[in-house]
Parts: sequence; structure tokens; C-alpha cells
Amino acid sequence: MTDSPLLRVEDLHVRYNTPTGIVNAVSGVSFELGREKLGIVGESGSGKSQTGRAILGLTATGGQVSARRLEFDGTDLLNADTRTMRRIRGGCISMIMQDPKYSLNPVMTIGAQIEEAFLVHRPSSKAEARQRTLDMLSAVKIRAPERVYRAYPHEVSGGMGQRVMIAMMMIPEPDIIIADEPTSALDVTVQLQVLAVLDDMLSDRGMGLIFISHDLNLVASFCDRILVMYGGKVVEECAATDLEQATHPYTRGLLNCLPSLDGKRDELPILRRDPSWLTDAGPVE
Amino acid sequence: MIDIRNLNVVFGHGGNAHHAVRDFSMRIEAGQSYGLVGESGSGKTTVLRALAGILERVARVSGEMSVGQESLQGQQRSRDFRRRVQMVFQDPYGSLHPRHTVDTILGEPARVHRLDRIEQRVVQALEEVGLDASFRFRYPHQISGGQRQRVSVARALITEPEIVLLDEPTSALDVSVQAEVLNLLMRLKRDHGLTYVLVSHNLAVVAHVCEALSVMQNGSVVETLGVQQLRDHSPQMPYTRQLLTASFGYDRAAIDAFEEFA
Repeated sequence: MTDSPLLRVEDLHVRYNTPTGIVNAVSGVSFELGREKLGIVGESGSGKSQTGRAILGLTATGGQVSARRLEFDGTDLLNADTRTMRRIRGGCISMIMQDPKYSLNPVMTIGAQIEEAFLVHRPSSKAEARQRTLDMLSAVKIRAPERVYRAYPHEVSGGMGQRVMIAMMMIPEPDIIIADEPTSALDVTVQLQVLAVLDDMLSDRGMGLIFISHDLNLVASFCDRILVMYGGKVVEECAATDLEQATHPYTRGLLNCLPSLDGKRDELPILRRDPSWLTDAGPVE
Repeated sequence: MIDIRNLNVVFGHGGNAHHAVRDFSMRIEAGQSYGLVGESGSGKTTVLRALAGILERVARVSGEMSVGQESLQGQQRSRDFRRRVQMVFQDPYGSLHPRHTVDTILGEPARVHRLDRIEQRVVQALEEVGLDASFRFRYPHQISGGQRQRVSVARALITEPEIVLLDEPTSALDVSVQAEVLNLLMRLKRDHGLTYVLVSHNLAVVAHVCEALSVMQNGSVVETLGVQQLRDHSPQMPYTRQLLTASFGYDRAAIDAFEEFA
């Protein structure tokens, strides 16, 4: 991260008012993102998805987002008007969701959906949009782009659907991609192939990636830097290569409780949660 | 204990027929844990369902299966078989009746099999899976995913089975909860001398629980191997080796070498 960061998040909070009281889904998360692959890992309820959604202003109704700073390339995302947000969403920061089955429009052909994503952000002729779409489908390693262009989402496999999602998110050439468990629904080998496609496009175009996942090993092997979240807070931040030397007891606990292929252990160490993790001030610097 | 020979399962008819399991055979000794590994659509769950006898009027099943001394006829199963063989399903949200209390859920198999001392059995089964008696009168939506999976395991234990069929028992759980459930399964196996058949796509989970495994692809067994072979990274078949490579995480160079196995 030599140049100025693309995204600055300082002291981000997301709160929900529920009948049983206020739920702090995210409390005091800070990080910066450059043209790099940043992984956010944590278990369910750790606030990792809420963090990603808050950046794009996609927090569900009833949720309150506040932050000392939430900036994309100098634009304040918290106080941006709807028009600005519409331009940024998709055009500058886009999001790849977990399940292509639910995130693609089932009654629109794949080609039409990708073209729409392109035309909304980059006004141009229909013919150009079509050509760009076909190029993009080949770029995500789809072998028969013409066939997939005409197909409906239910006619393609999960791995193919997720490649289509990547194509759709990449075509307006955003600077940042937020990928929320993009490959969790896929088989392992397909998962890695889809990630390879994403990886190649990121490095070709010099984009930043926020990769949200529960899979510690995957994030460690895929990303450059990792934030570990627990209970809405970042409890540890480290370079992906240093994950093995992580110091926070939560990160250590997560690493230890994974069954391993290499050594036989009769009993897996159980993660003991310490309430003080939630009261400690801020992330470990 | 379990002997399956030339199992074939076909869903659908005519042009829509789907041959989900092809000439599948396996032998499991009493007290062993055996893993079935494969990607989605490989037929691993279908094998489990055919063994359990829950594919009647759903698919055409042929082949020879026997459990202990009992030779199994089609998808018909004796009452005794249904007591001795129990199943734990993947999704703890979908496999417990939402409008039954934990007490009703656990008591039902005991009533079906006309067991005595039902209340005592329910409390004991809960205790075995690490839940106290206060869970008895809760509904599934009032407990966490991990606790729900413990209830599913308790339900399987109520009838004092010899064989437990585990269909992806931890894949819907967070890793810390997965560790707890795996420890529980290992302890129950030791305490009760259970035989497990574990279906999973996660090689590390299978290596942790099982002594031997079959790798399946498109309905057929690609390779049968001991867990040590997996640990030594010395499977014979390219497909198994590729699965093993993939389970070690992201490696850009290795991915280019991936092949399509159709």
C-alpha cells in the first residue's frame, strides 16, 4: 500500500434496534484498503457481512450506520446522496454475493443482465455492450460465451453462475470488489478455479478486494492481509503469511479447532470464548 | 457389519433417468468409521439413503446389501433394523420438527420402537450430548445451530443403535462448533462401540473421524483408501490427488494443472 488507500473506514458502527434491545452488529471497525486483497474472517454473527454491506449503504432498514470516517477515494459514503451512491455502487465498488441462484434475475438472460450492468454505468451502444459482455464472459473462462449469453441463470451450474456474477460485477470496471462468501456454495475444486479467475482479473486491472469468508485457511492462502472479526470487533489484523503466528486467543482457537489432514489428534481443542475480548479497546495494532 | 455389493440407484424414468449410483460396493467392519467423500452429485448421500432404506418409490435400487446377519430386501427394512441403524442429517434447521419440543423429538423414536423408561432415556441422551435437562421443553428455534445438531445426535442415540449414518453432520456449522460436534461423535463412538458411515466433502473431517474411505465421482467409486494414505498424500488416482490438493487452500499454480474429470 504505497499510494493513498482507496477506502478508509474508521470506527464503523452498525446498530439494530430490536424488541429485546440494541444489537451492536459492528462496533468500532477501522481499516484501510489499497489495491490489495483484504480478507475479513469470522464466524457467523461476527459482523463481517454487516461491515461489507455498510460500506455500500446496503444495511437493512432499521439498522443505523455511523462512523468517524467512511470514505471512498475522497467521497464520504455516509453522507453521500442517493445519486452519488447509485453511481458508486456497481460503478466504483461492487459486490459479489454468496449464491448466484438468488442473486441473478431468473427471468432475464445472462447476457441481458451483464449488458444492463455495463450500460447503467458506462453509457454506450447496444452493439458495444454486447461485444463487451461476450469478451467478459470469455475473460471469466466460460468456454461457450455465445451459449451462456443466451442462457437463463437456471440453465447453468453453480460454478458457472458464480463466474457470471464475477463478469457482471467486473464489467463496469470498479475499483473495489466486495466478495461476501463468493465461493462457499461451490465444490472445492470449482471454488479454487473461480477464485483463480477473480485473482487474475484483480491483478490485471489493479483493483482492491474485500474477501469476506468464514474459511480461515482459504483466506490465508488467497489474500494479502487478514482482519479477524469477533462480536463486531476486529480482534486481530495480520499479513496472510503471518496467520500461523497469530497471537489473539480467538484466532489461535479458530486455527486449532480445525481438523487437520496431517496429524491425528483424538480430541480437537475447543474454543473458549472470553468475555473480555468484547470489552478490549479496538483492534490490535 | 455392513456389506454392500453392486449397488445401483436410478432416479427417474426413460429419457429423464439419472443413474446416481453405479456398481457401488463397500465393506465395513463393526466398530469402524468409514468415510464417503466426493463433490456434489457424486452419489455419496444416495448410497447412505439406499442403505437406510428411504428411497422406496423415489428411485430404483438394485444390488445386495446386508447389515450384520440381516440381508436387506429392496428398500424394505425390519423394525429391528430401523432401531439398530440411525441417521444424522446435514441441516440442523431442516431436520427437527419446528413445532415439536426437544422432548417430543427425542421421545418419538423411543415410542415408535416401544421402548420403556422414555423420560429417563430422553434425559440421559441429552446428557450424553452435553445438554442439560432444561433443553427438554424448548423448541428448535430457541436453540443454536450447534445445540440443534446435538439434539439430532441425541435423537439418533435414543434407540441404542449400533450403526449411525452421518450425512455431512458438521458442514452447516461454524468451525468452533464443528470441533465440539466432532469431539462428541468421537466420544460417543468410543463409549458405545458405534459403527459410523460418514458422508462429507471435507477431507480433513473424514481423516479426523474415519479409518478408511471411498472417493466417489459421478456415482462410481474412484478409489478406496486407508486414512494413512491420505495423510501421506499418496492416493493413487489423479482425481483423489486433485481433491487433496484443493483441500489445502488457494494455490494459483496448482489450479492451472486441474483437470476436468467427467
